[in-house]
Amino acid sequence: MSLRILNLKVKVEQKLILSGINLEIKPGEIQALMGPNGSGKSTLACALMGHPHYHISQGRIFLDSRSIEKLPSEQRAKLGLFLSFQHSVGISGVSVRNFLRASLKALKGEIDLQKFLNDLDQEAKLLKMPLDFAKRSLNEGFSGGEIKRLEILQLLMLKPRYAILDEIDSGLDIDALRIVSRGILRAQKLGVGVLIITHYSRILKYLQPDKIHVLIQGKIIKSGGKDLAKKLEKTGYEAWAK
Amino acid sequence: MKPGQNKFRPKRESQKKPLGTDKFDYKYLSRAGLSDKLIKEISLYKNEPAWMLKKRLGAFQVFQKKSLPAWGGDLFGIDFKKIRYFLKPMDQVAQKWRDVPAEIRKTYQRIGIPQAEQKYLAGVMAQYDSAAVYHSLQKNLAKQGVIFLDMDTALKQYPRIIKKYFGTVVPAGDNKFSALNAAVWSGGSLVYIPKGVKVEIPLQAYFRINAPNVGQFERTLIVVEEGGYAHYVEGCTAPIYSADSLHAAVVEIIIKPRARLRYTTVQNWSKNVYNLVTKRAFVYGNGIMEWVDGNLGSKLTMKYPSVYLLGEGAKGSILSIAFAAKGQHQDVGAKIIHGARNTSSSIVSKSISKESGRTSYRGLVKVPKGAKNCKASVVCDALLLNKTSRSDTYPRMEIREPDSEITHEATVGQIGEKQLFYLMSRGLSETEARNMIVQGFIEPIAKELPLEYAIELNRLIKLEMSGSLG
Repeated sequence: MSLRILNLKVKVEQKLILSGINLEIKPGEIQALMGPNGSGKSTLACALMGHPHYHISQGRIFLDSRSIEKLPSEQRAKLGLFLSFQHSVGISGVSVRNFLRASLKALKGEIDLQKFLNDLDQEAKLLKMPLDFAKRSLNEGFSGGEIKRLEILQLLMLKPRYAILDEIDSGLDIDALRIVSRGILRAQKLGVGVLIITHYSRILKYLQPDKIHVLIQGKIIKSGGKDLAKKLEKTGYEAWAK
Repeated sequence: MKPGQNKFRPKRESQKKPLGTDKFDYKYLSRAGLSDKLIKEISLYKNEPAWMLKKRLGAFQVFQKKSLPAWGGDLFGIDFKKIRYFLKPMDQVAQKWRDVPAEIRKTYQRIGIPQAEQKYLAGVMAQYDSAAVYHSLQKNLAKQGVIFLDMDTALKQYPRIIKKYFGTVVPAGDNKFSALNAAVWSGGSLVYIPKGVKVEIPLQAYFRINAPNVGQFERTLIVVEEGGYAHYVEGCTAPIYSADSLHAAVVEIIIKPRARLRYTTVQNWSKNVYNLVTKRAFVYGNGIMEWVDGNLGSKLTMKYPSVYLLGEGAKGSILSIAFAAKGQHQDVGAKIIHGARNTSSSIVSKSISKESGRTSYRGLVKVPKGAKNCKASVVCDALLLNKTSRSDTYPRMEIREPDSEITHEATVGQIGEKQLFYLMSRGLSETEARNMIVQGFIEPIAKELPLEYAIELNRLIKLEMSGSLG
């Protein structure tokens, strides 16, 4: 069982952005994908989740041995894939609570309302969400840090099998970074396989990833253990691009 | 006068034996077309006082002289000669639910009135064709001196109130359709809230068109005396017809100092109905008027709820939502006249257009010279569901006092691809995602509606979105 990406090539508006990505993430594992701006990190995230603008020209994606690259986004979600967005779009008038209920219902069928409310309350406390967050419109009127915590709240409520977290650490202060990291570690304990996409190594200190991959110009040029992050911090991406 | 006292005593009326037979039938089917003779017949049939007939005939003169408005929607499909101006399904207003004929009861069951009544209805006033068939008023309301009657009965019991206020807020000469209404009106409600009386339960009215070429010309008058409060709710659904129908209602509201009224409407006329309504409120010192208006059905709706702020400190707000699907035009909006100092107003207008549907926002905010220190805010948001959908805004501002605080925001948008992808990545289908975005869009209005109406509005819009309504 794993999320397996095989020789994935992705085009955006006829332009090849990813040229043959190979990755495998197992349940309960944390892996990190690092790379400079424009290397194709978010393209990989969007292509995995099935954004219609990202065209998979070659390669396969297997979720627990089921091929998903031709499925629409909602089917991928139903099979257990989750994407935390780099830029979460706001939806006016739809409360966080109603949205999460609708999402859970779509993913798992009927839900126990009381249990849902209890879980939501508990996770919100652990993530230090503002008191009235559940009544507020989805991703509207929240600070940048709150929106990131809201993404982690969704991860913990929806309990997918595999999660891609695109720049979940960007714009977070030290406290928020710690809260978000703890949330990710809770998801890991639940058995979620996590792919962290990031520019910086600082979140990796909290998460202790099993593997780190370096993506440059649409290709993974190096994979390794957590020492790789330290090296990157010292040398920068420039040195690897050659 | 003490709160709870009604200065208008009901007029004693000798009980007349109802005309017609016992079996339910249309007791009076008027011929199509309009004439002095028909108006006299209607008035005679209803046993009205002479002054009302005089008003009707005068209004008919005005109607004939006035031309159709040159703006708004296409009104040329109305053939005034083919419309029947009066229908009466029953002779008496039924006082109790069990007295309402089974056929009509069944219709209402489908709309859901009895259940609603069981919950918290104060009184139900239902209009079936041109006459009220059902009316009940809770005893405690009557004790407080509150009047909540269908207009025909009210004219018999409280002619003094009607004579005093009828046509004072919306005169017959206001527009062609207010003139038509004054000439042939039938049904509608009279609500009278005595000084200091606060009615906490919503007063609800339902009405419905159910025959081809039937005009509905109900007339509603609401008077809230000093310090009084009420929430009047009307909603209507109508089945689909092959022939065009005309609905031209007039609503007149008078809010005395420190009084407050909320008037909520959710309308879902069938898609061949011309819905041309004049709604206006006069608000005196520190009074508050709130219109909440939802327009879903009809072929063309032209409706601009208005508030005239006539006393210092008066407030007015107009919240509206319009949905136009294929072949529909919702030309709706709001009008606020700041006729006194220190008055404030707010307009929130939301519209959704689907396929070839068209929505227009037509608004006016007027602050004349001398009305110092007024505040007004206007927000209008339009959502277009398809490339062929259309939305226009005509926001007029006539501000003659420089110290006024006026804000205006307008947005036109489509359902964003990013929003759809976000929701679909959480397991929602595209249809579910679209529905959710639309429901969110109307939420600021829906949350102001009584729960049942909010649910109904959401359900109707969902049905409209799925295209399962004709």
